[in-house]
Amino acid sequence: MPPHLASARTGGMAALATVIALLPLALSNNYFYDIAILVGLNAIVCVGLNLLIGYAGQISLGHAGFFGLGAYGSAILASRYGWPPLAAMLTTTLAVAVLAFLVGRPILRLKGHYLAMATLGLGVIIFMVITTEDKFTGGPDGIAVAPFSVGGLVLQGERIWYWLVGALLLVAVWLALNLIESPMGRALRALHSSEVGAEVVGINAADHKVMVFVISAVFASVAGSLAAHYSGFVTPGKVTFLHSIELVTMVVFGGMASTFGAVVGAAVLTTLPQLLTVFKDYEMMVFGAVMMGTMIFLPRGVVPSLARLFQPRRQEASGKEGGA
Amino acid sequence: MSLLQVESLSKKFDGLNAVDDLSFDIQPGAVHSIIGPNGAGKTTLLNLLTGIYRPSGGRIVFGEYDLTGRAPYEYAGHGIARTFQNLQVFFNMSALENVMVGRYLHERCGLASALLRGPRLARAEKVCRDEAAELMRYVGLRSYLSVAADAMPYGALKRLEIARALATKPKLMLLDEPAAGLNPTEALELDDLIGRLSERGVTVVLVEHNMRLVMGVSNHILVLDYGRKLAEGSAAAIRNDPKVIEAYLGSAVAHEDPVGGPSASAVAVAGEARR
Repeated sequence: MPPHLASARTGGMAALATVIALLPLALSNNYFYDIAILVGLNAIVCVGLNLLIGYAGQISLGHAGFFGLGAYGSAILASRYGWPPLAAMLTTTLAVAVLAFLVGRPILRLKGHYLAMATLGLGVIIFMVITTEDKFTGGPDGIAVAPFSVGGLVLQGERIWYWLVGALLLVAVWLALNLIESPMGRALRALHSSEVGAEVVGINAADHKVMVFVISAVFASVAGSLAAHYSGFVTPGKVTFLHSIELVTMVVFGGMASTFGAVVGAAVLTTLPQLLTVFKDYEMMVFGAVMMGTMIFLPRGVVPSLARLFQPRRQEASGKEGGA
Repeated sequence: MSLLQVESLSKKFDGLNAVDDLSFDIQPGAVHSIIGPNGAGKTTLLNLLTGIYRPSGGRIVFGEYDLTGRAPYEYAGHGIARTFQNLQVFFNMSALENVMVGRYLHERCGLASALLRGPRLARAEKVCRDEAAELMRYVGLRSYLSVAADAMPYGALKRLEIARALATKPKLMLLDEPAAGLNPTEALELDDLIGRLSERGVTVVLVEHNMRLVMGVSNHILVLDYGRKLAEGSAAAIRNDPKVIEAYLGSAVAHEDPVGGPSASAVAVAGEARR
């Protein structure tokens, strides 16, 4: 690996770790901690979703469904059946992985708009099941979730959750960066660019698409489980089609095929609505204007576009897509 | 024993017989060319021989394996590599990474080791990078080692596809019009490269319109017309075959060469004219 690539990678990890470590200095009350935790959870989903969308070039408009399955799986197993939360989370994650595998096989044969429609349908079905199976899920009212605990140690309070989510975000980013720089990651980027080109060098494109779909579903499911335990309550609000769109928007806004971009996208689009409350009635209008302006002036998303500004000579920037 | 056996292969598109009951063998070693007027079914044939198209009938046997109906990645796994007339370069990567993707079959890793990046994978990646760089030098792309693929000129991209195909360590390499779009100097360099591929032990199948290149490097030529075999034989035999000349000129009135038989250039010119 050329040194500049290694430094982009370790440098990025170090920068993210520093931000997570120093951010509490600026978080003066629990409300800010709450937003930071929300950013972290969304970022974990987006890092996984970016593997699917940004690197492998496949779309999913149903990832809020996997987030919801993670949240409700943990909630039902831990609260209704009294499972230990960690066991509930791991079982739920495994079940979501199996579901994503079974559903991914047929729908990932579709391309472009058709794949978008199929994943949208998947998300809608999951939403419908969660809102109608009220015996288990509480329906539209939602259900209370027991606090997260590991071996008798109960994790409660914003500050503890902040460090837990921060650490897991670092792990998620590290895993994603590793994957992208492996032969498998190159295979994913290759089939994004030319599926037939990838196939003729021996890459089974269908298998790789399903694999990355499962990985992204697992990231979303874990974040969902954590979100349920953190907030102590789950409702179908985070399982909606609108939330799926928000997740995709975060990935595109931050920069496709950029792991740190996914984190930045999640951070900006989660905090922006909070900051814009000063505009009162015009809040959503300003939000929309910021989005449009960003995509017009930074068309590749925030992180890749800014990275290009500081590295204008394309020839020396080769390989950066893997590390960015 | 032949390396590749094609037995009464056919491909129909909505009633059009793009490849029609075609049989031929490819012997190991040497350079084999497939020529024919545009629309003769050459590219369709290459797509069949790499699993991109599923044949409507017939068999494709590679070595001792019947690959009929298999997927493209399985053809690659058995040692058939190719380049494309309309480039299929990975433009979202560097040139070097394009060639590294070609090493996929020889650098497999499990999902766990990919996610955790153990020391063994890191070492394998180093080897992969070095071998990819070596292949780029081999095809004459030394100066593009650290360049993004989307910043490379057309001629270099054609070589990049050859390097990527070589990285799969193929037994058989199919080149689809490698000289198309190249300037005369680049086309001359291609003669040398194809010769070296052959010396490396790779059997080459060349689909090409550039008759100078075809007649210069081929040990054996297969002529297609309307998806059928028109003629087959050595370069000299093909050059003098009246059926071939008629197919290219559209009539029996051939340009007589003083040495005997119509010249290769006449065939080439006529081939261009039918485009």
